[in-house]
Amino acid sequence: MSEPIIRLTGVRKSFGSQVVLDGIDVDIPAGRTTVIAGGSGQGKSVTLKLILGLIRPDAGQILLDGRDIARVRGRELRELRANFGVLFQGAALLDSLSVFDNVALPLRERTRTSEDDIRKQVLATLDRLGLNGAEDKFPAQLSGGMKKRVGLARALQLQPRVMLFDEPTTGLDPEKTLEIYHLFYQIQQQLGYTAIIVSHDIPKVFNLADQVVILNNGKALVFADPQDIQRSSAPDIREFVTKTMGDVYLSREME
Amino acid sequence: MILALIERLGDAALYHISDLGRMGFFLLSSVLGIFRRPFRFSALIRQIRQIGADSLGVIFFTGGFTGMVLGLQGYYTLSKFGSEGLLGSAVGLSLIRELGPVLTALMVTGRAGSAMCAEIGIMRNSEQIDALECMSIDPFRFLITPKFLATLIAVPLLTQLFDLVGIFGGYLVGVKLLGGNPGAYFSSMAQSVANQDINMGIIKSFIFAVLIAWICTGRGYFVHQIRGAGFGAEGVSRVTTHAVVLASISILVWDYLLTAILL
Repeated sequence: MSEPIIRLTGVRKSFGSQVVLDGIDVDIPAGRTTVIAGGSGQGKSVTLKLILGLIRPDAGQILLDGRDIARVRGRELRELRANFGVLFQGAALLDSLSVFDNVALPLRERTRTSEDDIRKQVLATLDRLGLNGAEDKFPAQLSGGMKKRVGLARALQLQPRVMLFDEPTTGLDPEKTLEIYHLFYQIQQQLGYTAIIVSHDIPKVFNLADQVVILNNGKALVFADPQDIQRSSAPDIREFVTKTMGDVYLSREME
Repeated sequence: MILALIERLGDAALYHISDLGRMGFFLLSSVLGIFRRPFRFSALIRQIRQIGADSLGVIFFTGGFTGMVLGLQGYYTLSKFGSEGLLGSAVGLSLIRELGPVLTALMVTGRAGSAMCAEIGIMRNSEQIDALECMSIDPFRFLITPKFLATLIAVPLLTQLFDLVGIFGGYLVGVKLLGGNPGAYFSSMAQSVANQDINMGIIKSFIFAVLIAWICTGRGYFVHQIRGAGFGAEGVSRVTTHAVVLASISILVWDYLLTAILL
């Protein structure tokens, strides 16, 4: 596997007396897709927020280009964050702005691009994501799937090296889910970013994964190949597999 | 039993101290946001419209009726001592020093403060503020500071309008309806209202504007960290109610303190 772009070592995080992450070590390979899976409350979203520097770990390091996201502040943190694009669970579009203005926002606020070039770039991205004609709509007028596409369009504007997806298919029907995953795959092939997908959409999301991280009881189990999860005989993995994928997935391996 | 009580007391104290710290940091960041570039002038104008221009109707209405009731009450009370001529001075002073700033601030809290709190609370809950941070867009400069500045500009102006309409309302009732002397109404006002009184009203309305913007946007911004608020829509509604109550009480408390200091 390629060089890691992000390296989490010994990361711990607890809220009050509840330990969510109890020292996890994960390397995120550059240019590949890492899927973070786990039951609810096992710290999937917390891990994402830690990587983004939205919350700080109690202990451990989160390195990007040798700089520790957990330790930097202010301007340096903003610089590091410029490497990331995020697609939030509910897409987190600003609901007072139109689709066009939402996608144009990072360019207007973070760059000195002229309004003409912004228009060209935004329309091109919308076109690429199959959103042509939607630029004047407002987020409240969009379907769930379209919101995610607009969220992705906005996140891609500043050419992020790492794209983070927080439960990208929540609220979508199975057909739309596959469609979105297909789109993710295509766009990643075109742009070559590193993808981190937090999902409970198991096993569907494994088709996209180059690496799977399973969070269970505060620990992270890393699998280079999703197939290994089925074959694993470790008791907590078996428990996770039965819980999340059901007996069908398990029995296939037992045959 | 006693240990548990002490523990809960300490826990509550810690929570309130950290809440105070958060709110202090919030106020500082809102003010510093004014100096961050690029300044969002169009957002400021939009906010002044929402907080200021859109409140005009309410301010005219409440200002007018406050002045009218002052005229009515004042006229009957003063006529008992045969000093109806002082009506203008009574209406003018009570409006400019007390009722104008306080009632305007309370109306703006109810109309615009609640809206600001709910808007920011919803943005927090739907991860829109996190999204701004992830795009390295400072949520203070982008979102909070325009509201803060707009309140600071709009509230003192609305207060002056409230005073003006109120004085006219007092004139309408005291002079036109009850037959007081129009010349005495205005000359007694001109004699008794000093620059100091007008300054006092302006200073008060500035401080009240800070309180409104700070409490209402701040409560919305920290909706996820406020204990006992609950989550989702319910959390936002509770926090909004809480913010309006807190802002109103703070306005009345500060009104007393400022009067004591400035008088």
